Amino acid sequence: MKEHDVVIIGGGPAGLAAAISARKAGVEDIIILERSHQLGGILNQCIHNGFGLHTFKEELTGPEYAQRFIDQVEEAKIPYLLDTMVLDVQSHKVSYINKNEGMVTIGAKAIVLAMGCRERPRGALNIPGYRPAGIYCAGTAQRLMNIEGYKVGSNVVILGSGDIGLIMARRLTLEGAKVQVVAELMPFSGGLKRNIVQCLDDYDIPLKLSHTVIGIEGKERVTGVTLAQVDDQRKPIPGTEEHYECDTLLLSVGLLPENELSRNAKVRISPVTNGPVVDDTMQTSEDGIFACGNVLHVHDLVDYVSEEASLSGKNAALYVLQGRLEKCEIPLMATDGVRYTVPQTIDVKTMAPLVTVRFRVGNVFKNRSVSVYYDDKRIMCIKKKVLAPGEMEQVILQKKSFEAYPELKQITIKIEEA
Amino acid sequence: MSKKELTCIGCPLGCSLTVDFDDERHEVISVTGNSCPTGDKYARKETTNPTRIVTSSIPVIGGTMAMVSVKTRTDVPKSQIFAIMKEIHQTKIKAPVHIGDVLVHDCAHTKVDIVATRNVDAAR
Amino acid sequence: MDYDVMIIGGGVTGCSIARSLSQYELSICLLEKDEDVCSGTSKANSGIVHAGYDPIPHTLKAKLNVMGSEMMPQLSHDLDFDYKQNGSMILCFDKENLPKLNELYDRGIANGVKRMQLLSGDEARALEPNLTDAVQGALYCPTSGIVCPFGLTIAFAENAYANGVQFKFNSQVKTIDKIDGGYKIGLAGGESYTTRYVVNAAGVYADVIHNMVSDKKLEIVPKRGNYLLLDKEVGDYVKHTIFQLPGKMGKGVLVTPTAHGNLMVGPTSKVVDDKDDTSTYSTDLEEISTMASMSVKNLPLRKVITSFSGLRAHEIGDDFAIGQASGAPGFFDAAGIESPGLSCSPAIGEYVAEMIAKVGNVRKKEHFITTRKGILRTKDMTSEERTSLIKEKPEYGTIVCRCEQISEGEIIDAITRPLGARSLDGIKRRTRAGMGRCQAGFCTPRTMELLCEKTGMTMEQICKNKKGSELLEENK
Repeated sequence: MKEHDVVIIGGGPAGLAAAISARKAGVEDIIILERSHQLGGILNQCIHNGFGLHTFKEELTGPEYAQRFIDQVEEAKIPYLLDTMVLDVQSHKVSYINKNEGMVTIGAKAIVLAMGCRERPRGALNIPGYRPAGIYCAGTAQRLMNIEGYKVGSNVVILGSGDIGLIMARRLTLEGAKVQVVAELMPFSGGLKRNIVQCLDDYDIPLKLSHTVIGIEGKERVTGVTLAQVDDQRKPIPGTEEHYECDTLLLSVGLLPENELSRNAKVRISPVTNGPVVDDTMQTSEDGIFACGNVLHVHDLVDYVSEEASLSGKNAALYVLQGRLEKCEIPLMATDGVRYTVPQTIDVKTMAPLVTVRFRVGNVFKNRSVSVYYDDKRIMCIKKKVLAPGEMEQVILQKKSFEAYPELKQITIKIEEA
Repeated sequence: MSKKELTCIGCPLGCSLTVDFDDERHEVISVTGNSCPTGDKYARKETTNPTRIVTSSIPVIGGTMAMVSVKTRTDVPKSQIFAIMKEIHQTKIKAPVHIGDVLVHDCAHTKVDIVATRNVDAAR
Repeated sequence: MDYDVMIIGGGVTGCSIARSLSQYELSICLLEKDEDVCSGTSKANSGIVHAGYDPIPHTLKAKLNVMGSEMMPQLSHDLDFDYKQNGSMILCFDKENLPKLNELYDRGIANGVKRMQLLSGDEARALEPNLTDAVQGALYCPTSGIVCPFGLTIAFAENAYANGVQFKFNSQVKTIDKIDGGYKIGLAGGESYTTRYVVNAAGVYADVIHNMVSDKKLEIVPKRGNYLLLDKEVGDYVKHTIFQLPGKMGKGVLVTPTAHGNLMVGPTSKVVDDKDDTSTYSTDLEEISTMASMSVKNLPLRKVITSFSGLRAHEIGDDFAIGQASGAPGFFDAAGIESPGLSCSPAIGEYVAEMIAKVGNVRKKEHFITTRKGILRTKDMTSEERTSLIKEKPEYGTIVCRCEQISEGEIIDAITRPLGARSLDGIKRRTRAGMGRCQAGFCTPRTMELLCEKTGMTMEQICKNKKGSELLEENK
C-alpha cells in the first residue's frame, strides 16, 4: 500500500492553501485528491469579484483568486490527482476511485479534510407543492450558467438572501432574466450588505424579509410560487399569501459542510457547525486528521479559508515531522449570543503565540461587546457597533495571557451589553 | 436640491446615509448618518459618480471549457452596465485565453476593457 | 391487425402483464402516455410487498397478494431488482383493539400467510427498540418485504422487451373503437393501431379507458398519499416495516426502511379531483409526523431529504377490477390496482396472461428469456471487483452522483441499454443518481451532459420527465 505523508482531500481554496503551507513547513510528500476535472473548487464558478481583499489587498474574481494558489501548487510541484473521488477515510488511510487506477487505498501519516460544503435542497425544507423542473439550488444554477453558459429560466423567484442567492439575483438579471423578488425567512438578511446594495438595490429587486415559499405550482415546469409572511416562530401567517407567476425558483437556503467521509472516519462532529470539532492546531478528534475551510464551518470570506487552511496544513506537516503532541485541552464555551467557536478547544501550553478564534453570533446585535472570560474572570471586552449571523467574527488570544491562569478550566466567549 | 437615501457598504454596520444633493451642479451638499469617514466618502462617490465592476462570462471557441469568466478591468459607471452587457453578449473568443487577456477594448465607449479572469486552454 | 395485444399503461401492472404475455406466441405492444415506464403511481408508493393478511379471505385480492408475495424472492433474483424480506409489525396502541390483531392473524392464516406471531408490547420493543411505550401489542409477520418499485417495474419492462414486446412512449390513448375482430386505438398524436385484444392497465385513468368501450361504467377515484423520505443515516431506525392498526385516527401511517436503505414515513390518504394532482400538502406532511410519532419515539425529522406524493387508483367498489369488461369482449381490465397492487403485480401478470391465452387459444413460445440483468451496483462490489471493472470500462471510475456513489458507467448503461432512460427522472429511477441527500444538486449538470452525449439531444431538450419539463431555456 502506497503511503504519503500528507493527504489532502479537496483541491479547492482550502486544500490548495493547506498543501502550500504543508510544503513550506518542510514536508515533501504531499498529495491533493480532487474530484473535479480542475483545481479551484467552488471558486471556479464564483466569477464575481470580492475575493482577496485581505490576502492580496486586491479585489479579485473567484477564478483569479484560485489561480494564485494553483500557481503556487504548480510551482512547488505538489502532486495532485483530478477526477478522483475519495470514498472512505479512516485513521491513516484514504480510499479513492478514478478511471485510471480503479479503487485505491493509500496510507497517510496525516490527512487534511478540505471537502467543502453542499447546498440544502428543496426536499429538506419540505416546501409543499409539485416537483417540477425549474427548481434549482443557487449553486447548481450558478454552475450551469457560469461554467457551461446555459440559461436556467427567464422569470425567477429566489428563496434565501444568503450571498449565493444575492449574487445569482444579479447574475440572472445581467443575463436577461427577470428576478421578481428575493424572499428571506429570517427578519434579517444572511448576506453581506454590499451584496444587498449591488445585487438587489442596483436592479430594483425587492427583498421580502420574514417571508417564505409555501407552495410551488407547475406539473412539468414551475409556473408559479406562493409566498407568505412568517411569524416569529417562522410559521406562515394565514392571509398573507401572495402568488407570483414564474418559471424558476432558486433556492439559497443553507450550506451544509460535507462530512460524510469524516463521520465514517469516526471524527467527532459539532451539531452546531455540522463540521469536525477541532483544537487550536485544527486537528480533529481523530489522531492525524485535520480540517479546514467550509467542511469545518461555512465561511463568508475565502481569505479566512486560506488563513485557516494554511494553519491546518502547517500543523499536519508538524504532526508528520514531530509526531503526536501530549495535549491538555481547555474547552471554549460559546454562549449568550455566540453560536459556536472554531476551534472548540485550545491547548494553552502548546499553542502558537497567537490563536485566532473564529465565531458566529446567532442574531443581529447592535452596540454590544464581545467578551472573553477565563473561568469567571473577564479578560477581554471588545466593543462592537454591529454583529450579524452572516458575518464571521474573530478574537485573537495570546499564549502569554494564559500564564496567569494555571488552573484554567474553561474559556468562554459571549455577547454582553456594551 | 434633493435628498438621497442609501446604505453604506463600507462595513457590516450598514449605516443609513442621507445625502443632500444639489441637482443642478451635480454636487453633494452634505452627508449625514455615517459613523466614520468611509461612509462620507462612499456617499459622495455613490451619489455623484456611482461605479461598479461588472463580471460575466463569454463563450470560448475551441477551448477545454465552454465559457471564460471576464470582468471590466476597472470600475465603470453604473449607468453603463447594460450597455456593457449587450456588447459582452455579442462577443465570442477563440482559445487559448489567459488571465488578463483583453477580450473587448473600450467596452461600450467607457474606455474600460473587458479582461479574462481565468485561463482556458485550446482543446486538442 | 397491427398487434395481437395492446397494453395501455406502463406501470408495474402493465409491465408485469407485458412480461407474462410475452411468454406466449403473441405480438404485443405497450402504450405509455409519458416518456418512460413507471411514471405514475408505480414510482410513488410505499414499496411494500405485503404478506397477505389484510385482504378478505377467498377474494381475488387475497389470492393474488399471497401469490405475488411468494413469487417476489425468486423473481428478484431472476430479474435482478432490489427486494428484502425484512418482516413487518402491525402495532396496536389500545388494549381494547388487541382483538383486532387476532382478527388479522386469523385472516392471515386463512389466506395462507406463514410464520406469523402475536407479540406483546415488550416483545415488540425488544425487536425494535425505537418503538414507543404506547405499543400494547403487535402482529409480527416475517414474510413481509420491501422492494424497489422502479427496479421491479423496469425489470418487468426490460424483460418483456427482450422477449419481443414493443413499447411506444409519449403515446396517450384518446379513442378506442370496436372493430371487426378487435379494437382500434387512436392516440393523441393522431396515429392509430388495430389489435385483437386490449389490456387496460391505465392506473388512475383506467376508468376513462374502460368507459370508452364498456356499457358497465367504472369509476376510479384518485386518492393522494404523501410521504416523507429520510436520510440513509437513519435508514436503520427501524428494521421491520412498522404498520399501525387502523383506528380512530384513520388507516395509520407506516415507518419503514426502504429497499435502498432510506427511512420512509407515510402515506396520508386524501381523495382528490384532479387525476394528476401529485402535489404534497403541508397539512399532510404534518399529519404524517404526528401519526408516525405514535409508532416510534423521536422520529428524526431533521433528516428528511424530500417528500413526494402518489395517487392510488381507488375503484369505488373497493376491489380489483380484473377481467373482460362487460360488453367488450377481448378488452381486459387490470384496473383499480391500489394496495396491495405492487405486491400482487407478478401474480396479476400471470393471471391476466393466462386469461388472454385461454380466450385466444395461444401457445407458449419455445424460447422465453427468463432472466434479466440490471445495472451494476458498483457500490456493492469489492475494491478488487471494482478495480477490474474500471480497468475494462474506465467510465465506472468517474463518480457523478457523490451522495449515492454512482459512476458515469452506471448512468451510461441506464441510457444506452434497451428501453434506456431518456430523461433525468428515468436515469434517477434506474441508477439512483439524484436520490441522495443533495437531491441532484451536484450531479445534474454532468448527468445532463451524458444524456446529450449518448442520445444526441441538446442540453435545452433535456427534460426532468415528460415534454414540458425542460430544465434549460434556449439561449437567444
